[in-house]
Amino acid sequence: MRASRRLRAVALAYLALLLVLPVGMVFYRTFEHGVAAAWAAVTTPDAIHAFWLTLLMVAVAVPANTVFGIGCALVLVRQRFPGKALLNSLVDVPFAVSPVVVGLALVLLYGRAGWFGTWLADHGIQVIFAPLGMILATIFISLPFVVREVVPVLREVGSEQEEAASTLGASPWQAFWRVTLPSIRWGVAYGVILTTARALGEFGAVSVVSGKLAGQTETLPIHVEQAFQNFDLAGAYSASVVLAALALLTVLSMNLIKREEVTR
Amino acid sequence: MFVLLPLAAVIARSAQGGASAFWDAVTTPQAVSALELTVGVSLATVAINLVFGTVIAWVLVRDEFPGKGIVKGLIDLPFALPTIVAGLTLLALYGPKGPFGFSVAFTRVGIVLALLFVTLPFVVRAVQPVLLELDREMEEAAASLGAGRRTVFRRIILPNLMPAMLAGVGLAFARCMGEFGAVVLISGNLPFKTEVASVFIFGQIESDNVTAAAAVSVVLLAVSLLLLMGVAAAARWRARHEG
Repeated sequence: MRASRRLRAVALAYLALLLVLPVGMVFYRTFEHGVAAAWAAVTTPDAIHAFWLTLLMVAVAVPANTVFGIGCALVLVRQRFPGKALLNSLVDVPFAVSPVVVGLALVLLYGRAGWFGTWLADHGIQVIFAPLGMILATIFISLPFVVREVVPVLREVGSEQEEAASTLGASPWQAFWRVTLPSIRWGVAYGVILTTARALGEFGAVSVVSGKLAGQTETLPIHVEQAFQNFDLAGAYSASVVLAALALLTVLSMNLIKREEVTR
Repeated sequence: MFVLLPLAAVIARSAQGGASAFWDAVTTPQAVSALELTVGVSLATVAINLVFGTVIAWVLVRDEFPGKGIVKGLIDLPFALPTIVAGLTLLALYGPKGPFGFSVAFTRVGIVLALLFVTLPFVVRAVQPVLLELDREMEEAAASLGAGRRTVFRRIILPNLMPAMLAGVGLAFARCMGEFGAVVLISGNLPFKTEVASVFIFGQIESDNVTAAAAVSVVLLAVSLLLLMGVAAAARWRARHEG
């Protein structure tokens, strides 16, 4: 019995030192001069602009990856075709690649000297150092979450109910909306939450393609870094607290969904 | 296409000058030291993860204590927290202005700490489900036959957990090799001392040395893809031999 208590102490101490205390410290540093000071630091024009730009990233990347993710999962589970194994492992690539490498790849494709650079310049479209490139980076980085969450659920529910629906005269579209989607909804929800968290917080890939122009191409994570580098600790800490609060919200909803799944 | 094309562009760029140019770019002293450092800190991180991740998973599955639900939820926090914030939180506590009077900023210890933070969930989440399903009767049988706790752990529990532990470590290692956001603030990015590969690549892009950036990127890509393929192949192998 004593051994198990010692193990518990080790595990909890490790978590406290690595996770709880550092995150708590940021909250403390943010609010040590009062809520008003923290509010002032997080409502500078640059910070507000960064906040909205971050939300834009999420607003584009999450729906795009949700639609793609469900479609891709359906193809991976329900169909057989040559190259399926390749597609299956390609989906995981964004997890394996360093964010900086993703950023570099986009620069090499869409930058001035990139493969599509001349064509884009001729048509007056700027991708690199512009929000468009940052959105592409965010989509790339958060691509696998919905697929990976939906595939196992789809495999488990099987296709019998869908087949039953179509024998009863439902069109494929109806079968999808009325049968398939409701049965995978928790998997989709879980994937969407993970995608959102990643899209909110992506730093490496976005910072390579953004050019980090304050008030123009700065997302909230980039704003944190820039504020820190410019010795604006109050700004860095308060923006971090906004992001950390969103992360805590994410974790909370993940746990709620898990519970929902278990009790169902 | 969306995934393949960008990677193809990186590989093409790194191969532009031929094999010798690629080799030269990867073997500059600064690049070599960045790659060596990355492998070193990643190994240190996953070794610590292996021990503590398993301990945490064990406590979460086998132990009961008030507040366990909260601790369980906390494990996922590093996945949800933006990496740059992770780095900043560690600096707030263990940095030059922290309350402890020591600082890990600009040191390799700091880098390992940052990597430990972001990779915490991998081993825990891999081991936890296996431990949950582990048949306790085996342990009880061994104990009733006179095996001590240590023997039970070494001969019964560890062999059963090993595959999951290694899978978690593989994923964590791949993550460590490429991590950027958590490391960038805490490491100080001193070439030859605390500059990891991803930060090196970033610096090369900033100074318009794209070929060198692409070459080192390809090395990173190869390592992490091989690792992930290894983990996936091991999982398939196990599924076939157990199913």
